Amino acid sequence: MASKMKNRWIALYVENQVGVLAKVSGLFSGKSYNLQSLTVGTTEQDDVSRMTICVTSDDVTFEQIKKQLNCMVEVIKVMDLTDVPIHMKEILFAKIKKLDCLQKQEVYQIANVFDQGGSVEITDIGEDSILMECMLTERRNNELIALLKKQFKHVEVVRGGAVAIESISTSCR
Amino acid sequence: MDITGRKLFVKALQDEGVDTIFAYPGGMIIDIVDELYKTEGMHVVLPRHEQALVHEAEGYARATGKVGVCLVTSGPGATNAITGIADAHYDSIPLVVFTGQVPQNLIGNDAFQEVDIVGMTRSITKYGVTVKDRKDLGKTIKMAFQIATTGKPGPVVIDIPKDIQAKAGNPEYPDHVDIRGYKPNETVHIGQLKKAYKMLRHAKRPLILAGGGVNIAGAGDLLVDFAEKMQIPVVTTIMGKGAMPTDHVLYIGNSGMHGKYASNKAISECDVLFSIGTRFNDRITGDLNEFAPHAKIIHVDIDAASISRNVVVDVPITADAKLALEKLTEYVDEPMDTSKWMSQIMKWDDEHPLEMRRDRGLCPQVIMEEINRAFPQGVVVTDVGQHQMWATQYIDMPAGKKFITSGGLGTMGFGFPAALGAKIGCPDKPVVCITGDGGFQMNMQEMAMAITEKLPVTICILNNYYLGMVRQMQQIFYGKRYEITYLGKDLDESGKCAVNADSEPEYAPDFVKWAESYGAKGIRVRDVSEVRGALEEAAKATDAPVVIEFMVASEEIVLPMVKGGNPISEMILK
Repeated sequence: MASKMKNRWIALYVENQVGVLAKVSGLFSGKSYNLQSLTVGTTEQDDVSRMTICVTSDDVTFEQIKKQLNCMVEVIKVMDLTDVPIHMKEILFAKIKKLDCLQKQEVYQIANVFDQGGSVEITDIGEDSILMECMLTERRNNELIALLKKQFKHVEVVRGGAVAIESISTSCR
Repeated sequence: MDITGRKLFVKALQDEGVDTIFAYPGGMIIDIVDELYKTEGMHVVLPRHEQALVHEAEGYARATGKVGVCLVTSGPGATNAITGIADAHYDSIPLVVFTGQVPQNLIGNDAFQEVDIVGMTRSITKYGVTVKDRKDLGKTIKMAFQIATTGKPGPVVIDIPKDIQAKAGNPEYPDHVDIRGYKPNETVHIGQLKKAYKMLRHAKRPLILAGGGVNIAGAGDLLVDFAEKMQIPVVTTIMGKGAMPTDHVLYIGNSGMHGKYASNKAISECDVLFSIGTRFNDRITGDLNEFAPHAKIIHVDIDAASISRNVVVDVPITADAKLALEKLTEYVDEPMDTSKWMSQIMKWDDEHPLEMRRDRGLCPQVIMEEINRAFPQGVVVTDVGQHQMWATQYIDMPAGKKFITSGGLGTMGFGFPAALGAKIGCPDKPVVCITGDGGFQMNMQEMAMAITEKLPVTICILNNYYLGMVRQMQQIFYGKRYEITYLGKDLDESGKCAVNADSEPEYAPDFVKWAESYGAKGIRVRDVSEVRGALEEAAKATDAPVVIEFMVASEEIVLPMVKGGNPISEMILK
């Protein structure tokens, strides 16, 4: 009966008020929903925030999550982005440390390969360290991190969680 | 002209038509309390504990259909109220709970009696907020009343810092607030209703399962009308008890863990189950895979999130029970022929009727029957435990009678204060509280409030010297190892229960003397022959509660019983 567990995406318009983030995130912890990432920021309207949420769940649980979110007074609108064309990006900083000259070159090569028109930049460099700034999809960032960890011993990563918006004309994700 | 926050608070209550408020004072609400002193026509009830305070407001709300209004102070006042708030949340009772808060410049400092009550109650309220700006006070209170009372009702917490109470500002209390994120369902999908009707029409063994939502919506009459016109039998959840008169020819009984044999059999054998106003709680369904295995299920509920959560249904209908039944009844042309199905159900009922052995001392069933006789109408309130299940099984519910119980949270200590709240709300109706010796002791301090408020409520304590519901599980599933469920005094050397079933154990407190110490009447009943007289005596009370302590057989159990997680068709009957 239970369908496949997979990653699903929700965009949420909420009141820009104290406690709303706690209420939304509390729903996921309180009901044992498997939250993958949650980002939040203000929108074109000062009093409205928008969240992008990724959960891993089956179909039934996901329906329930959407209904529970809809129940909340502070939630203005719930949008299911799972199967619609969207643009999605996540910021990622990766600091690779204790590099020799050859390894530095290798980092540049990797950056080049992952770069799609400025989406990966080397933003800082030191004697033996390089800082990489990436604006890729979540999946691409995962792949990049996996590769960096495989190639280098000293990798420090911070990532922002994905943000997503519906496409205008394209059907890509 | 600007007015203070505390003045606006009182104005708001008056504009909402609130004439009764349950309040316990403290430093962070003393300004509001002072304002209440100066207000005419406001009945301010002083309970003796904030948990009981909220239960009283719940009883008041359930009995009157109005919103229950609570006022407690910050810190421990607010945390004490939490159990009551959770209870109201699970049973969808409209409450507005005002909590005092330390002044805003102290919030976050771990100030004296500061707690983040909005944070603590986030998952057990419909809405909660701390008022941060005096200009928002009126709007926020209006929102609280709108949210608590519309859609699926529930508790709302409004936390008001002390400085907001004192600050001058806008004197207006709005008539209405637009809340963009709150859209209670006020319509019903006609297409789905038609589909449901067609499905029912084609059924051979149709069944209606009515839950508390029918009672909340005041849709009992419509339910009866619909069932009669269609000739469909009805079972209820314990929260749905009373939705249809219990003596109705189409009424079978309660279903679930301690439901009637015939009810659970009917659910297990029906081919279309029309469920309305129930969230398919685990106590109703038992093993979900075996619940109504032969049935297509129609589910009407006002809360979209309750539909297809526990039980995947064939026809989901998000709507208020009253509206759905009104519309549905319009389609009915002629009654269905359910005579064969009905006689099958009657046969099950004859095979295993609800019946207790009467040869083991004072039998709970006899007490329930006598309560039925003494209280043909009015309000019956129960606590939580074995007595509650016996009440749900044996209490008669003619039209107009009210049954109030803690169904979702199962809160011991609920019954007595809820009965007092019901009496405050309905002073002209007889109110009887059926409780156990364990649950009663959890909020017995409220006797002081009952005395000062002059509330003639009949309190029936079924004393079996045990926390009977848990003991029953120990008795059946844990080899009679009665660890910490015995409430009598005569423990053996190892501190375990040493009860001798043949003699009445020593018990503390002496409930009769205890009642008398408050100036209330206490009656102890040991024999069947004394039951009626005691209830008649209690009914004469005019200005104070009467406590009747029934010394019931100590190892009596509630039957039928479905073991937690088992299919409801598998009932323990003996």
